[in-house]
Amino acid sequence: MNKLSRRNLITTGLATAAGASGLAVAARIADRYGLIPPDHRGIFGAGETLTYAGQRLLMASHSMAREFNRSEISKVSTIPVDGIPPRKDDYQRLLRGAFADWRLKVDGMVARPALLSLAALRSFPSRTQVTMQACEEGWSFIAEWTGVPLSYVLTLVGASPKAKYVVFFPFDESWDSLDMSEAMHPQTLLAYGMNGREIPTGHGAPLRLKVPRQLGYKNIKYLSHITVTDTVRNIGTGQGSVSPDYGYSWYAGI
Amino acid sequence: MIAPLAMADSLYLSSLAGPSLDAADHPRHAATVRITHWINTFSFFGLLLSGFAILLAHPRFYWGETGTVGTPSLFRLPLPFVLTGQTGWGRSLHFSSAWVCVLSGAFYVVSGLVTGHFRRDLLPRAADLGWRPVAKVISKSLRWERPGAGESPTYNVVQRLTYLGVIFVLFPVAIWTGLAMSPAVTSVFPFLADAAGGVQSARTLHFFAAGFLVLFLLLHIAMVCLAGFRARVWSMIAGRYE
Repeated sequence: MNKLSRRNLITTGLATAAGASGLAVAARIADRYGLIPPDHRGIFGAGETLTYAGQRLLMASHSMAREFNRSEISKVSTIPVDGIPPRKDDYQRLLRGAFADWRLKVDGMVARPALLSLAALRSFPSRTQVTMQACEEGWSFIAEWTGVPLSYVLTLVGASPKAKYVVFFPFDESWDSLDMSEAMHPQTLLAYGMNGREIPTGHGAPLRLKVPRQLGYKNIKYLSHITVTDTVRNIGTGQGSVSPDYGYSWYAGI
Repeated sequence: MIAPLAMADSLYLSSLAGPSLDAADHPRHAATVRITHWINTFSFFGLLLSGFAILLAHPRFYWGETGTVGTPSLFRLPLPFVLTGQTGWGRSLHFSSAWVCVLSGAFYVVSGLVTGHFRRDLLPRAADLGWRPVAKVISKSLRWERPGAGESPTYNVVQRLTYLGVIFVLFPVAIWTGLAMSPAVTSVFPFLADAAGGVQSARTLHFFAAGFLVLFLLLHIAMVCLAGFRARVWSMIAGRYE
C-alpha cells in the first residue's frame, strides 16, 4: 500500500464518519419539518422518505396540480370503478335515502367539532376543477370535480395549529390521512360533484376526497368521518393509512 | 449511469498504448467509474424487475393524457392481465432503486466531467465522425479483427457513441418521462408532462427508453462475454487485469 492509497483510506474513513453523523442530524431536522412519512420503516423506508421529503421541499411554494379544459374530460363510461360501494347497512340505508340523513363528522384537534350535512357543505364556498386522476397501476382519466376546499372546513372548525395530519374514515374498512400541507392546499377538495352532477355512487357518493397532487388511491370515497390529529401512530398499524398494510406507500405523489 | 458498464475493447491511456504498461499506476477503469458501475448494475436490475412488476398491472399503452381499459390503446403487451397486485412492492422498489441510480449516476456524470473521463474516453474524435470510419469499425468488428498496431486501442467510435447515447440520451429520457408521471412533480414543473405530450405519452416513452436500455444491456453483456468475461469483469472490479 503506497502513501497515496493510505491517505485515501484515511480520507474515506473520515468522510464515512462525517456522513453517518450528518445523516443523523439530517434525520432530526427532517422530522422537525415534517419530512418523514409515517411509513418510514422497512427496507423501502429510506426510499419513501427521500421521495416524500424531496417532493415536499420541491412543492414548498404550494404548487398547483395541472388543470385541463372541459373538452379533455374523459367519458364516464370509460373510467374503471375500483371496488364496490360499502355494503354496510348504515351506508346502504343512507344511499336509499339519497343521503338526506348523512352527516360528515369532523372532530379531533379542533375548537368546534361539527356534524355537516350535504346541504351545509354545498352552502360553503365551492371550487370546481378539471384535474387528472392517475392510478398507481398506470391508467389515468380527467374529470371535473366540485366541492368545498378542505382548508375551508378545517378553518371553520378551528383546527389546531399543532395538528399534523387529517385522517379520513370512509364507510368501508379503508382509511387514509394527509399531512397539513396537502390538507390545506387549495385543490384539496371534499367533492360532492363530478362533471356537473352529484358524484355517482361508484365514484364515492355522497362525498369523496380529491387530492390531485397525489395518485388515485389517496382520493378516498364514501367519506363519513374526518379527524384532525398530531399523530397517526395510534391508528391502525400506525403507518398513516391502510395502504402500507398492503404494501402501498402512504405518500402517493409519484 | 450504466455507461461505465463494460468494455468490449481495450481501454489504455492512449499515450501509453501497450498491454505491458504499469497497471497499478494507470488503472484500466478509475475507481469512481468502477464503483458507480456496480451500484448502477444493482439499481438497474431493481428498476427492471420492479418496472416489469408495475407493467403487469396494466400492460396497455396510450398516447396523450388519459387512457383506461375502456379506451383504445396504442398497443398492448401479451402479458397476463391478472397479476394486478404487484404494484405495491414494485413501485417501492422502483423508486428506491431510482434514487440510488440517479444519485450515483449524477455523481458519475459530475466526476466524469471534472476528471475529463468523458472528453478523454468517450468523446469521439472529429476525424472518426463520419459514415466511413463508423462503417470501417463495424466491418472490422464483424471480421473479428483486433485494433492494428498503429491504432489507438481505446474505445472505438461506435462504442463511444453508444455509451454517450446511454448516458446522455436514454437515461435522461427515462428520468424525465418517469418524473412526468408524478402528479406532485408536474405540479411544480408542468412542462415535463406537456413536453412529452401528456402523462400517458410519458409512460409510453418511459417504456421505450427502458426497452432500449435493456437492448444496450444485452449487447453489453454479449460483448463482455465475447471479449473475455472473467478478465473484463475483473477489470471493472479491481481496475486492472490479473
